[in-house]
Amino acid sequence: MGSVGAKEVPVLLSPEGVRTDGRRVDELRPIRIEAGALKHADGSAYVEWGANKVMAAVYGPREVHPRHLQQNTKAVIQCKYNMAAFSVDERKRPGLDRRSQEISKVIAEALESVVFVEEFPRTSIDVYIEVLQANAGTRCAGLTAASVALADAGIPMVDLLPAVAVGKAGGALVLDLNKAEDNFGEADLPMAIVPQSGRLVLLQMEGHVTQEELARALEMGVQGTRQVYDKMRQALRDRYASAPSAEAAQ
Amino acid sequence: MGGKVYASVLGLLSPRPPFVQVVPLSGRYIPKPGDDVIGTVTDVQGTFWLLDIGAPRWAPLHMTGTPWKIEVGETDQYLRVGDAVMVQVENLDPTGRIGVTMNGEGLGKLEGGTIVTISPARVPRVVGRGGSMIQTILQRTGAKMAVGQNGRVWVGGDPVAIERVREVLRMIDEEGHQHGLTERVDSYLRSTGGPSGGSGPTGPAAPEPALPYPRADPADREPDDELASEPAPDTELE
Repeated sequence: MGSVGAKEVPVLLSPEGVRTDGRRVDELRPIRIEAGALKHADGSAYVEWGANKVMAAVYGPREVHPRHLQQNTKAVIQCKYNMAAFSVDERKRPGLDRRSQEISKVIAEALESVVFVEEFPRTSIDVYIEVLQANAGTRCAGLTAASVALADAGIPMVDLLPAVAVGKAGGALVLDLNKAEDNFGEADLPMAIVPQSGRLVLLQMEGHVTQEELARALEMGVQGTRQVYDKMRQALRDRYASAPSAEAAQ
Repeated sequence: MGGKVYASVLGLLSPRPPFVQVVPLSGRYIPKPGDDVIGTVTDVQGTFWLLDIGAPRWAPLHMTGTPWKIEVGETDQYLRVGDAVMVQVENLDPTGRIGVTMNGEGLGKLEGGTIVTISPARVPRVVGRGGSMIQTILQRTGAKMAVGQNGRVWVGGDPVAIERVREVLRMIDEEGHQHGLTERVDSYLRSTGGPSGGSGPTGPAAPEPALPYPRADPADREPDDELASEPAPDTELE
């Protein structure tokens, strides 16, 4: 309906408070988490979050490579976030870019704040996050997957670490932005919150919100991460509850 | 936290008043002095070898910790990269360095056979209560076994027996957190042929050194079958 030449901005929020994908403002996309999806990794998880598909693998604690990164008092967490070339509509040029380096860094730092790194001095915990299909919110899906993979690897942690994005679209705060809201919305705040303590260990922001909106966004984030947290715990339970059927299939 | 106790690793909850214990379901091998472990050589230096024992770090085996009389620089004539050895964890220092020795009963280079890796958390199940599981396996397959506390199991004997043991170990690895495992392993082995894996062309009795499986020390006891099987959330007091 947009006039010729003008960029078409979809209606992100109907007057009734319904979003482009039919969700309410405080609703998450459907999330499916599978723990232990990979055989060779020490721990792994696969997450489908709306149209996002993310695989995470954890190795370690193990010897540090390269050596000079080794720390004498604690383990280092090395994280590599990568998007597959086929994960987006237009082929993504493979390899490191500024965006993936940034996401790797913030995820590694968030994880370091929940893992008991002092228990494994001079070692490395390597986290690999591969985005197979991207549709807004991959860093949150990736961090969530990485955290489940760490638990699956038997690594001691303060708590699981769920992540979710809150944004502003169509003038209102919305939980868990979808692609349209991410592209055309007013703000995007990915965050990760330790559920038991409420500690905020990752917060980024793009766009503009008022101070009051920020406070409310954080509250919505707490609610959102709670829901993600339940799914993560269920995934870890299912992993071991379903073992007998895997055996029956054999 | 808030009067509650949280676990830091994923595991099964095992209340034993007045204590609670969380039996881990996964995780790397955490070395403990006195453990017999199986390692593979990853690096050879003038006076020591580095062993991968599945722990967070490589463990140096010094040449003085072996039964051989070695001159400096001759280490590579005894063990090369890829060789497998049974060693004992001697000491741990606060930096996480793991000292191992090859002097002791049942320790030494492992020749022939094959090594099967399982989760270290499953080792007590392989041995079984009072050695019941391993006795069942040994009797029903005729294989030879040496179990490392780090989840590596050396299996020797004729190839058919080795394959059957490998299958049993896979079962234990995947179902080790459930009840009635010894019975299931026993019925599996019964259903797939008699002892020593049928009357195949068994050559001369395998020449491998017969290593005694590690004596079952009290810490090896398998967790009670009656364990509460509720996975604890991965949390701990902050």
